[in-house]
Amino acid sequence: MTDTEPALIREEPARRALDSVVIRFAGDSGDGMQLTGDRFTQSSAVFGNELATLPDFPAEIRAPAGTLAGVSAFQVNISDHRVLTPGDAPDVLVAMNPAALRSNLADLRRAGTVVLNSDAFGERDLAKAGYAADPRHDGSLDGWTVYEIPMTSLTVRAVAPTGAKPRDAERSKNFFALGVISWLYDRPPDTILDWIESRFASRETVLEANRLAFRAGWNFGETAEIFESGYEVRAADLVPGEYTNISGNTAMAWGLIAAGQRSGLPIFLGAYPITPATDILHELSKHKHFGVRTMQAEDEIAGVCAAIGAAFSGHLGVTTTSGPGIDLKSEALGLAVSLELPLLVLDIQRGGPSTGLPTKTEQSDLLSAMYGRHGEAPIPIVAPRTPSHCFTMVIEAVRIALKYRTPVFLLSDGYLANGTEPWLLPDVERLPDIGVAFADGPNHGSEFWPYLRDPETLARPWAIPGTPGLEHRIGGIEKEDGTGNISYDPANHDTMTRLRAAKVAGIAKDIPLTEVDDQDGAEVLVLGWGSTYGSIAAAVQRVRARGLAVAQAHLTHLNPFPPDLGAVLRRYPKVIVPEMNLGHLSRMIRAEYLVDARALTKVAGQPFRAAEIEDAIVEAIR
Amino acid sequence: MAQPTTRKDWSSDQEVRWCPGCGDYGILAAIQSLMPELGVKRANTVFVSGIGCSSRFPYYMATYGMHSIHGRAPAVATGVAVSRPDLDVWVITGDGDGLSIGGNHLLHTLRRNVNLTIILFNNQIYGLTKGQYSPTSEVGKVTKSTPFGSVDHPYNPISLALGAEATFVARTHDVDRKHMIETFRRAHDHRGAAFVEVFQNCNVFNDGAFEQILARDKRPNMLIPLHHGQPIRFGADGELGVVAEPDGTLAIARVDDVGTERVLVHDESRDDPGLAFALSRLARGPYEPTPIGVFRAVERPDYGTEVNRQLLAASERRGPADLGALLRSGTTWTVG
Repeated sequence: MTDTEPALIREEPARRALDSVVIRFAGDSGDGMQLTGDRFTQSSAVFGNELATLPDFPAEIRAPAGTLAGVSAFQVNISDHRVLTPGDAPDVLVAMNPAALRSNLADLRRAGTVVLNSDAFGERDLAKAGYAADPRHDGSLDGWTVYEIPMTSLTVRAVAPTGAKPRDAERSKNFFALGVISWLYDRPPDTILDWIESRFASRETVLEANRLAFRAGWNFGETAEIFESGYEVRAADLVPGEYTNISGNTAMAWGLIAAGQRSGLPIFLGAYPITPATDILHELSKHKHFGVRTMQAEDEIAGVCAAIGAAFSGHLGVTTTSGPGIDLKSEALGLAVSLELPLLVLDIQRGGPSTGLPTKTEQSDLLSAMYGRHGEAPIPIVAPRTPSHCFTMVIEAVRIALKYRTPVFLLSDGYLANGTEPWLLPDVERLPDIGVAFADGPNHGSEFWPYLRDPETLARPWAIPGTPGLEHRIGGIEKEDGTGNISYDPANHDTMTRLRAAKVAGIAKDIPLTEVDDQDGAEVLVLGWGSTYGSIAAAVQRVRARGLAVAQAHLTHLNPFPPDLGAVLRRYPKVIVPEMNLGHLSRMIRAEYLVDARALTKVAGQPFRAAEIEDAIVEAIR
Repeated sequence: MAQPTTRKDWSSDQEVRWCPGCGDYGILAAIQSLMPELGVKRANTVFVSGIGCSSRFPYYMATYGMHSIHGRAPAVATGVAVSRPDLDVWVITGDGDGLSIGGNHLLHTLRRNVNLTIILFNNQIYGLTKGQYSPTSEVGKVTKSTPFGSVDHPYNPISLALGAEATFVARTHDVDRKHMIETFRRAHDHRGAAFVEVFQNCNVFNDGAFEQILARDKRPNMLIPLHHGQPIRFGADGELGVVAEPDGTLAIARVDDVGTERVLVHDESRDDPGLAFALSRLARGPYEPTPIGVFRAVERPDYGTEVNRQLLAASERRGPADLGALLRSGTTWTVG
């Protein structure tokens, strides 16, 4: 059908250079906005831009079409320099219907640009979005540059040669929109066209329709002369090397596979589907040839218990979940603490309590990970700070789990899980060696004592079934120090409780010191953890650009803390802790170090804007 | 084949701490006696339990073992069995552990057909917490938590297991060591999830719960032994038999009255669990003639084997694992 297709018009118009642009694609959850945003991101990544993304979608798979509840959005910040966040306020809003316009307009930068699908602004569409009057004509859009494009009808016309029915043809309108925006920002169209080719290879009509729609959108931008000019965002000056664009959940799955390879252990994932963690189960399930066993368990409890069983048997036991699942797994995590077996708990945090906000981000499981079990049950905690950092931190979590024979919490969140960034691929040969030796013989005369500890790490031996002579029984009842036999002796319980605590506390000797981005004369330290890294770093840059001094530190290890953290904190008269909860890390800091750390809190289901943190820092400085 | 062992080789050095007279002793003795006959290695044997009196069991076996948490033994054991198909994995549970708090895991383990030998000690009472009614206690049961009698309708573990499409379902009892050993042997040799209910007397909190069927003089007329391929007959002289009524239900009849040809021939290998289910409903409680033995033994691929088969197939299809290639499996681009 190639001969029926219009060629891409590739004149070189005068383009205005931008150093960065933030674009938000918004539409109905059935409009394919996540895919559109993702494709735009991918072509920008291949083009060489720095970028960060923020998908934002409803929990309902298909909320009533055209309503505010059903709006799905994807924001991307593309830049010719280092990008730390998906951007505070979009410069451009692509609104596929009135609901998308209404729920996103307030975020749009003043004097920003709205590109809307004018075919979707009928009376009923307006009513569904709760508009009493057409916002295009009542002054609601004053102050923004608005481009109205009849995307649905233009798409239907463009797709007509495929013979698709209008109803089916309409579905390609997201590719029309993608074509328009790709032209506007001078994205290389071939990246997208190639992708359409391979993605829809098995559905010829859909493939053709999407290709035609994309080309029509691109050519519309070129010929319609509604845009004053196109723009360009030049490639960023990235560190040389090979890159891929990666989300936090994919990085987590790949990091786990890497940890399995570098430890020489097969991976066993016991998991129950839960947003926003499920993608890790999906991704791992594809890679069985790496020795990965995935089990979709009957519930969260079975997921972690099966992982414990696998760990007992010498596998790398892993469970993935989010808030409600953590609640359910608590008892089993206590068992893992008592059994002193390696276990990985990947908690992709979301808004709580209860079901809360399944698709929105929050950092409110820190205290739960820290203290959410009965009895004295310490568990080490680590947290990645960007999507690609999930790869590094999951390997670190496995290292700690294996070396110290302990469950380890890794706290990611919805923002890291679904957000993406370009990632300089690591040299796999240089990833840390985290191999571990199983016990292979008696360790106490001719006997094997399962709780005889390594004097350095306090870790107990890991003797796996199948090893003759090391048969032993372990359980959740208190064990006698050394032999591991059941013991109700009060003094022994005191000893064992302190040993378990000392083992976890001792990990502090084995983790990096606090990395401080200091500045001469800084009296304020901004201390963060997890996914707030980008917003905090961007805010710190802005504060410094205003000529003010501020220091930044970002924790990757939350239990135990780096050994020098107390000394670092005491160097600054003021400590601000931005976190997406009501003050978890700040409480821990205050309790541990008697430092007057002040929380800057946000629980709106959205990451911090750099400006919010910037304001708080400036206020603290003054 | 493992080196020959004796019962002593399978007994750990830990003092057995059930109440004197508890039925658990008999079950322990039966399993410890059976193990040397199975030709398996201690090092390759794992006992996993939950919480409750019965769940102390692993401590007394000189094998690998885990005393896990309440109700979760089937889930823990699934992790063991799936990750290590080379191991012989047993689950020891009770009516509270396996049918109440852990009911969900038991159902799913049975339907998945995980290669486990699951022994459920049914004493119709909570023993470790000192005597509350359990999900198998009869309606009207007076206990500390039901001083006016329980109003909970109990369920029947055999019916439950059959409903979950378990591939091996059997019942035995703690006073007949020979029957226990033979039943456990069959269960162990079954590939997939084998479920065995053991009527077990709690002489402290529910003494005599099975007395009406298990007292020596009662057994001939109150126990209905199931033997594959044989007519289901019982009574001192085999004078009683199980017959199918026209409405599909099963009933007990005098063989002389109905004729031998009407007596049901037991077929444990029937793919349809319907008849086995009807057998499980024959007695309303342990006060009516009750079938014992193997209700169902059918073949179905077990979960662990299938999981591991997929791993093997993936390795054959995709060749050696290549981490570098994985990291490059999306779109990549080179800078500089």
